[in-house]
Amino acid sequence: MSDALETTHLVGEQAATIAPDGQWPVWEVFTQSSQGAPHEHAGSLHATDAEHALQNARDVYARRGEAISLWVVPSAAITASSPGDSGPFFDPGADKAYRHPQFYKVPRGVRGL
Amino acid sequence: MTAPSVVPAPAPPPHDELELLLRIGDDRLVLGHRLSEWCGHAPILEEDIALANVALDLLGQATLFLRRAGELEGQGRDEDALAYFREAVEFRNCLLVELPNGDFGFTIARQFLFDAFAVVTLDAMARSTSPELSALSAKSLKEATYHLRHSVEWVLKLGDGTDESHRRVQRALDELWRFTPELFVADGVAARLAVQGIGPDLPALRPRWDTMVREVIARATLTLPHDASHTPHLKGGRAGMHTEHLGHMLAEMQIVARSHPGAKW
Repeated sequence: MSDALETTHLVGEQAATIAPDGQWPVWEVFTQSSQGAPHEHAGSLHATDAEHALQNARDVYARRGEAISLWVVPSAAITASSPGDSGPFFDPGADKAYRHPQFYKVPRGVRGL
Repeated sequence: MTAPSVVPAPAPPPHDELELLLRIGDDRLVLGHRLSEWCGHAPILEEDIALANVALDLLGQATLFLRRAGELEGQGRDEDALAYFREAVEFRNCLLVELPNGDFGFTIARQFLFDAFAVVTLDAMARSTSPELSALSAKSLKEATYHLRHSVEWVLKLGDGTDESHRRVQRALDELWRFTPELFVADGVAARLAVQGIGPDLPALRPRWDTMVREVIARATLTLPHDASHTPHLKGGRAGMHTEHLGHMLAEMQIVARSHPGAKW
């Protein structure tokens, strides 16, 4: 092993500003459970910077072997749809059967669809 | 008829590897217990979990090394018997790990000094000529490497943080520094084991540890206390001579097992 005490400072290091409530910034944590699986949202936590967030994420969300890879993202970097958008954004899909690929037969042996 | 011989049997030669396993295991058992005292009291939730994680890792390592020690001893003592039914004078941990936790800065500074020691020695012992010791060390090294990453990050944060955090972690370092020479003292046991390639060559590992520690201390804008070789430094843990703190800690750690011997839970 290397003697250099690597602290991988990843992108996002600029993120930290203390929130008005005096808490450290909030980060969203994404965990990947196995090779090839998507990173899925696991939860959130407080941390001062990216490396700190990564370590906290490891301790809070991956300490029992739940993950093989972690992403941390400043919550402030996420743009979310608002509840008021729910009508225009999500309703129109429901009544148009032709939008859904449900008329195809799935060949036998295909999994994961 | 001849009188029975009154010549006492020669004392069995000290079992060096057993002694080494007790040192490694007791360091981790005692420090793991100290860290567990933070559970529910750490400055923030995330760090509370992090310290408990490290404590559990150390406890797991202690289990492995003490179990092996019990096997080598051959007296039927398992890791629980060694943890709960020995007195302070029978413990072989270094003094550094038995000190009370102090404030968060003290706990972090102690952890950093120990983690660096653990990484350096486990890395060396992973190449031990003893297959068991080699396997246990290689397994523990992965955890120790993460522990060091965690404590380094905190030393940097506290040292290069606010005036108060800097002052506290500097004070901790000043207080702890005289306990560090003990880590690298090669007494007869350590020296014999090093020659056989079983144990780490402690004096030879010291420069690597020094370099690691100095580099982090400098980045954290902290200053190393004066050269500890010029001050009366504290040692004796490896021979069972401990501070008063260990006895108090053991009283708490052992009381349940001693009150209900053989109980399962």
